[in-house]
Amino acid sequence: MLYREAGQFKTTYVADQAMFPIAQDRWFLGALLLVAYLVVPNVASEYWLQAVLIPFLVFCMAAIGLNLLIGYAGQLSLGTGAFMAVGAYSTYKLITAFPDLNVIVAFLLAGFITAGVGLVFGIPSLRIKGFYLAVATLAAQFFLSWMFNKVPWFYNYNPSGTITAPPRTVFGVMVTGPEATAEVRYLVALTLVALLALAAKNIVRGRIGRSWMAIRDMDIAAEIIGFQPLQTKLTAFAVSSFYCGVAGAMTLCLYLGSAETEAFDINVSFLVLFMVIIGGLGSMLGSFLGAAFIILVPVFLTNAPQLFGIHMATDTQKHMEVMIFGGLIVYFLIVEPRGFARLWQIAKEKLRIWPFPY
Amino acid sequence: MEFLNAVFVAPFADMLEFPAFFVEVVITGLLTGVMYSLVALGFVLIFKASGVFNFSQGVMVLFAALTLVGLMEKGVPVWIALILTMLVMIALAFAVERVMLRPLVNQDPIILFMATIGLTFFLEGFGETLWGSNVKRLDVGIPNESFEIHGVLLNQFDLFAAAIGAVLVAGLALFFHKTPVGRALRAVADDHQAAMSVGIPLRTIWIIVWSVAGIVAMVAGIMWGAKSGVQFSLSLIALKALPVLILGGFTSVPGAIIGGLIIGVGEKVAEIYWGPLVGGAIENWFAYVLALAFLLFRPQGLFGEKIIERV
Repeated sequence: MLYREAGQFKTTYVADQAMFPIAQDRWFLGALLLVAYLVVPNVASEYWLQAVLIPFLVFCMAAIGLNLLIGYAGQLSLGTGAFMAVGAYSTYKLITAFPDLNVIVAFLLAGFITAGVGLVFGIPSLRIKGFYLAVATLAAQFFLSWMFNKVPWFYNYNPSGTITAPPRTVFGVMVTGPEATAEVRYLVALTLVALLALAAKNIVRGRIGRSWMAIRDMDIAAEIIGFQPLQTKLTAFAVSSFYCGVAGAMTLCLYLGSAETEAFDINVSFLVLFMVIIGGLGSMLGSFLGAAFIILVPVFLTNAPQLFGIHMATDTQKHMEVMIFGGLIVYFLIVEPRGFARLWQIAKEKLRIWPFPY
Repeated sequence: MEFLNAVFVAPFADMLEFPAFFVEVVITGLLTGVMYSLVALGFVLIFKASGVFNFSQGVMVLFAALTLVGLMEKGVPVWIALILTMLVMIALAFAVERVMLRPLVNQDPIILFMATIGLTFFLEGFGETLWGSNVKRLDVGIPNESFEIHGVLLNQFDLFAAAIGAVLVAGLALFFHKTPVGRALRAVADDHQAAMSVGIPLRTIWIIVWSVAGIVAMVAGIMWGAKSGVQFSLSLIALKALPVLILGGFTSVPGAIIGGLIIGVGEKVAEIYWGPLVGGAIENWFAYVLALAFLLFRPQGLFGEKIIERV
């Protein structure tokens, strides 16, 4: 009863093609953004901002990027971690080389640099497909993290080999570095994610997104009806890498503060892949839900023993966590292989007629 | 100019100047390659029979080795521990089929792939909860001494590993070609539906194939464990076996063997002759780049089935 579109008539083509055609969705999204901007920074504790909300936003960005590639364009990639590393290291180089550069601009530039790198590593996708391609993208993962370790230019020749976000201000507010408050970093991350998610949603609705989906559904048929696989696949890699690059830049400047290549290793690639799959392939909403799930489960598992008053050795607990995490993922895939997005769709159908099913 | 010389001339000059050393490098590479092949074999077996890209093969290696060491530390004699570990791996195959594969029948390959990554996390945590996470020594009585033939230094252990690998491959080949179960396995690998329609029970086949992969993992685990100790990093050799797989083709047993050998030799030679040029430690990614270069010419790997696509 509450969630139904009856009575919402579209009188113009513009209204018909709106991004959120149902009024309730628009209100809900508006309310959510309002809460996220006004209520959360005032209510959430430092721990919640730093350990849950900021990583959630960072990984949302990465998951959106990977979802564009896997869910919309159908190209399997395991190199997300490496692309995030490219983003992080290029931001670092940019803001240390040009101290006057606006940090946000540096983020976006880093995104474009990553897009270029992604383009190069996307070239094999023209020739190989599926799991062969997935393994081939691992080449990017290992090569890039080796390069960032071995070439001292990337970390400005500092002896520890780590990169640290220097303190920088945007419009007089400290955004990165040790003095930046968690609230500010949260708000910057939120703004970036909101704007870029909007952009992504628009890309997939438009010509580019449709050509991606055509290639995903059947590349040969798509080629025959006139889509160019070269352009389509490479734009998918470039756009996806752009998002991963910005996510990497956010990891460095807004989340961790300082990082080494270990922060972007293959496990990160797998985590982002989990988010995309568990959230739902080919769904913007899914990227957010998946990221929330994968970020929250470990937080919950770490705190659960104290909540239930169970005491155990730290390393046993660590192993149990890994085990339960793996088990949960298998369980979830069995219950709903199409992810949270699918669950939401089912819920939507139910909500339409609730509470009077007849 | 100097750089070009260092890349294209100097390494080859080195090889010609010290042929014995070059042979030694190649042989070490071959023997490491055998070890990679052992891990890659497990992948191929499962991929052929069920179309599942089983990422957990690496952690199965770790799990088998951990179980074996754990049992031996409890004072169980080697042979009984071996048999018990084998039983554990077979039990694991049953559990995986019942709990994971059966509900996921007919899902996208990527969903099954993610499920095996989930299984990887699970087994990793499970093995370490059960047996602890410190590095363990595994000693099954394989001699480990070096000796010299014609100025080439060889290691008994590596030769032994190669022999075991050869026996295993021969055994698998016999099993696949001469036994009824093997024939059924090949039938399933060729065409699931046709195999089912002539009455081959798919579920039993999956259990068998996961058991065989488990036993191959155990052998690989013993070899790697005896060589470098049983610890968490053992599961990372899965990442070493992946380029072997794409080089040899996902569906080819001989491909896994030859791919392993090529990767083994390639990365050792590259590390020793070209590694110092770029700061070393290129072993981690060189295999991938090598495999990628092959793939550009043969997208289905060296021995993979030709990919035929229809609209």
